[in-house]
Amino acid sequence: MIRIQQKDFDSGEEYRALRARSRSPGAIVTFCGLVRDVSDRQSITAMELEHYPGMTEKSLEETLEQARQRWQVDGATIIHRIGKLLPEEQIVFVGVSSAHRREAFAACEFIMDFLKTRAPFWKKEFTANGSHWVEAKNTDAEAAQRWRS
Amino acid sequence: MAIKIWYFARIKEALNCAQEQLELSDGEIVTVEDLIELLSQRGEIWKTNLHDEKLLIAVNQTVATMQTTIADQDEIAFFPPVTGG
Repeated sequence: MIRIQQKDFDSGEEYRALRARSRSPGAIVTFCGLVRDVSDRQSITAMELEHYPGMTEKSLEETLEQARQRWQVDGATIIHRIGKLLPEEQIVFVGVSSAHRREAFAACEFIMDFLKTRAPFWKKEFTANGSHWVEAKNTDAEAAQRWRS
Repeated sequence: MAIKIWYFARIKEALNCAQEQLELSDGEIVTVEDLIELLSQRGEIWKTNLHDEKLLIAVNQTVATMQTTIADQDEIAFFPPVTGG
């Protein structure tokens, strides 16, 4: 299940929903990303998230499909928020259920690495000195690269 | 032919354009590279932003290259490296 939304989510509710629709899960791994309050030693007052409607969903569907081909994924949830967010707010949720924990951990991490480098989202940070678009990090590209083997 | 172009994030702001429709005569452009050259004629800001080495291109919501061909009713998008998550 993939959702792009402005409103916040309840990770407990998402965990329960994922558990309910999984067939025979032995493990559920969930990840929640939050808006940081500091970037490059500057305090962030807000963040704005833009995305490419249509391509975002398509790209996340493809990521899920690749995860399903690599690991035994029972159920999966990806939620990404858009619009204006404040520091410490929840921004992204990924949940994966599987028969075994290793599969669930790996698939969850794979989905996050691919989401960060492939899904068309862009962050703009607001500080006391104005606003700027966040630069893509090499470390994120390297993290996604290691799944190639 | 008619195409739709989307611009996102930093590029959208630099060009002051989020989306546009272009009517082109047949054979005016074949590839993404041709489209970039055509748009670059609008001025220095267009040229610089569309020749950025980090520029990403999508044709019909799939990542494309300079050599990807463009057809009638295609949707083309130009954007910087993604930073979600």
